[in-house]
Amino acid sequence: MPEPPAFASQFVSVPHRDHTAELGMWLFIATEVLLFGGLLLAYFVYRHAFPQSFAEGSRHTDILIGTINTAILLTSSFLVAWAVEVFSPATVRIVTWLLVGAACLGLVFIALKGIEYSGEYDERLVPGVDFQFGGPLANGVQLFFIFYFVATAIHAVHMLIGICLLLVLAIIGRRAPTTRHHAALHSAALYWHFVDVVWIFLFALIYLPGRASS
Amino acid sequence: MTEWRPPLALVGAWLALLGLLALTVTLAYVPLGAGNAVVALSIGTIKAVLVAAIFMELRKRHGLTLVFAAAGLFWLGILLWLGLMDFMTRT
Repeated sequence: MPEPPAFASQFVSVPHRDHTAELGMWLFIATEVLLFGGLLLAYFVYRHAFPQSFAEGSRHTDILIGTINTAILLTSSFLVAWAVEVFSPATVRIVTWLLVGAACLGLVFIALKGIEYSGEYDERLVPGVDFQFGGPLANGVQLFFIFYFVATAIHAVHMLIGICLLLVLAIIGRRAPTTRHHAALHSAALYWHFVDVVWIFLFALIYLPGRASS
Repeated sequence: MTEWRPPLALVGAWLALLGLLALTVTLAYVPLGAGNAVVALSIGTIKAVLVAAIFMELRKRHGLTLVFAAAGLFWLGILLWLGLMDFMTRT
């Protein structure tokens, strides 16, 4: 079987192909920014309208799990950036383990998120399923938790997609670490880091407010 | 022996991110009034810039790539600016 060319006919070189892929990835990330941007806008509008309720809702989230999960995501991003940096035929083994490690950290994140969700279910804080909250702040707290579940669930779906990407790249990169695989890994890494950045802001908006007051 | 060690910039960024995480959680418990939200979002922005510059390699890029990367923020700015203007200024 003939070897496929390293780049398609619309490109003049491998760097040209990789640069185009990178621009395409950033364009995709721009659409993702706007997806989460709509959620952010809703958050700010309702936080502005119900400041005390949002602080109260925030105090009912699990800041310990939130903080651990943030550290986990930052670390997995570090592993992926490391893999992209040292990718070469000579480093196949370490790159594979870095990617598998990053994917495993992603799975730990999802597992902790599940524990957190189940805690919130036990506390009857799930709007639309079982939401019981007394007092005058109940409506605003419910809005907070609607944002919380929608935003973190959309984020978790992104995590799952990213975990699959990392594992697939770990497997195919192991077989033949070519420049094409490096370009694919680079695109997947940009996506993974973006999901990390989204979480950095979700963490600041969901877990941190209202901690200093009661 | 091939070079498999992570560049110092990556390790530095990772440690800085974990340090900023510890800082932002600590400061969240210090009563600063409206300042708490400003601190949380400012530290979050610094963390995002670190990820974008070091992990996403934007510090090594120029020209068109930076324009594409900034485009999302530009549109986000328009969305939040026009979207929030009414709510923030309504009396």
